[in-house]
Amino acid sequence: MQMTKRTAAAVVAISSAVAMPAAAQENGNGSDLSGTLTIFSDMSNPAPRAVMEDMAARFDEMHPNLDVEVTIIDREAYKTQIRNFLSADPPDVANWYAANRMRPYVDAGLFEDVSDLWDEPEIQENLASTEGALTLDGKQWGVPYTYYQWGVYYREDIYEELGLEEPQDWETLKSNCQALIDSGRKCFAIGTKFLWTAAGWFDYINLRTHGYDFHMQLTAGEIPWTDDRVRETFANWRELINMGAYIDNHQSYSWQEALPFMVNGDAAAYLMGNFAVAPMREAGLTDDQLDFYQFPAINPDVEMAEEAPTDTFHIPSGADNKEAAREFLRFVVSAENQTRINAADGLGQLPVNSAASVGDDEMLQEGFELLSSGAPGGLAQFFDRDAPAEMASVAMEGFQEFMVFPDNLDDILQRLEQARQRIY
Amino acid sequence: MTTATLPDTHADEGGPGWVRRNRMRLAPLMFLAPGVLFFLVYVIFPVLESFQISFYRWDGLGAREFIGLENYRELSTDPAFEVSLVNNLKWLLLYLLAIPGGLFIALFLNQTVTGIRIYKSLFFFPFVISQVVVGLVFTWFYDPTFGLLNVTLEAIGLGPVNVLGDPRLATYGIIAAGLWPQIAYCMILYLTGLNAVDPEQVEAARLDGAKRWRMLWFVILPQLRPATFIAFVVTIIGALRSFDLISIMTNGGPFGSTRVLSFYMFEKALSEYGFRMGYGAAIAVVLFMIMLLFIGYFLWSMWRQERMP
Repeated sequence: MQMTKRTAAAVVAISSAVAMPAAAQENGNGSDLSGTLTIFSDMSNPAPRAVMEDMAARFDEMHPNLDVEVTIIDREAYKTQIRNFLSADPPDVANWYAANRMRPYVDAGLFEDVSDLWDEPEIQENLASTEGALTLDGKQWGVPYTYYQWGVYYREDIYEELGLEEPQDWETLKSNCQALIDSGRKCFAIGTKFLWTAAGWFDYINLRTHGYDFHMQLTAGEIPWTDDRVRETFANWRELINMGAYIDNHQSYSWQEALPFMVNGDAAAYLMGNFAVAPMREAGLTDDQLDFYQFPAINPDVEMAEEAPTDTFHIPSGADNKEAAREFLRFVVSAENQTRINAADGLGQLPVNSAASVGDDEMLQEGFELLSSGAPGGLAQFFDRDAPAEMASVAMEGFQEFMVFPDNLDDILQRLEQARQRIY
Repeated sequence: MTTATLPDTHADEGGPGWVRRNRMRLAPLMFLAPGVLFFLVYVIFPVLESFQISFYRWDGLGAREFIGLENYRELSTDPAFEVSLVNNLKWLLLYLLAIPGGLFIALFLNQTVTGIRIYKSLFFFPFVISQVVVGLVFTWFYDPTFGLLNVTLEAIGLGPVNVLGDPRLATYGIIAAGLWPQIAYCMILYLTGLNAVDPEQVEAARLDGAKRWRMLWFVILPQLRPATFIAFVVTIIGALRSFDLISIMTNGGPFGSTRVLSFYMFEKALSEYGFRMGYGAAIAVVLFMIMLLFIGYFLWSMWRQERMP
């Protein structure tokens, strides 16, 4: 049964590719969309959920003959369910993530090639910054709807009390850290129970030590983990670990459980994505206490690159109503919608459309500045989105172990290298 | 009797006549059919399919590629698999502590005092609440900064211990959490067993001068054999299917030191980063073999008991 379904999907994919120009023309003649548009979404947290429901309602209103049905699935559960519904019961539109996280579904032919959308000038010009993240094998497989910056969120009041400045280079970061430790605090809060937070640190130290291209080659499996350059990255990381920069027992906490250390002032900073700002504010940190700086340079010759994980919409290749689905993707990335959904009272993140305007919020404005002019080196997705899933899980476990037992480095690198040889 | 009222029983020779003649053999089969069907579809076929998948390389989406015993060869050199296997053994051995633990609480509670029912239900309480809640409670208890354990240790002048963050201690910490409800379960089994102990035999033993340990060992325990057997079965099975506690308390960490086979299988095949159905299936097959060992032993001893009287 699965076989027939897949063949059927292939037939649909081919025939729709052939029929597409005609359909597009028809659409241009003013005929409206009809039928049902089913959307499966992982935007299950309260704010994203409201945004998703609002988007669907507005799209529904714009197309009176079209029925929009949204199913919102818990964000974590979605990551495993997507495998089932893409092949068994595909919706017309589905959420996912950019870069290598799309790879398994692209390779299995479960995502529709939407390069035709990217050829439209409206999208081509305004979404150029994220085109690379949506491209695999020279084709585009979806559209982005939001992204966010990573950086160091710190306690402005504590820095002022100790007379510290935002660091511009590695030496200042370390001397700041020493001053914080001398005052009885930790420099950085982190919770590595779910591993990926450690990958954020690895990525940044690696990007600053060797640059964006090295990051991409490493995650693409082109560089052995036992390479001396990888060791350099770990050696830089170790300087912080040996200083006692991180909170103790971080392996027992999730990133949320580590927030109190920062809120109570036991740790002065947190390397995180912008989504950490909302819970920090809710916990009582005011704008006077909370600020943001770009992760400082380590090797001054390396161009600054940033992490900007991008969340996306895709059309499953087995979708029934692809015409409506394409129209929905156009709607999602339009400047007006981008401004609206990413505003401070919506997702509170950055719009992907360069013609959209950024929400009225200190962190969003700084983040937009950072990603549009502060990252000439390039925008990485994140370790677990740039590397294949399996490599990511083995490597992130190694990062956590390194943070607790830095002496195990040789053993860890040996293990990662074995995994690399098997996986790629 | 009723056949006489049926007009055309002879119109269709082989049919109803054959059914009627084989009624005694057909009826049990018919009653068994739904159960057998579901057992086949939901248990036997998946087991067989797991065996089959374990010989393939498959990401759960694309085409399968036959690789023979490659997955098993990889398992034999996989340090994470070794850790999981050793942890499974630790679970099996230490979980058995629930049996004596349950027995002694049951002996202690097996008396007639006012309000004993309340005490009994309080002791049984941990088994009633969900494993997820047990896991959360113990995670807070072990919390290295705010947890009750460390606050207590500090009060008597001992250094803080991060039980779940230390790869040497974490598994024992989780097993201790698992023992809490498991002891309660064994206790209930023994309490029911104690109800069936023959008071005349106890009386006779007492007249012969048996006391304390000798009384327990030679008179009470032999009569509790059925309860012990069931307690043994549920404890072994409970130890082998330990999953929820690990998932809640450490998520397999720190750096994979608390994984057991079932958790490792889930991680490899079904979790966020798991796309290796074949490898996961191979782990499941190994776990199945271990379980088969115990299940075989249980079935054999049950069969022997039924034959004995």
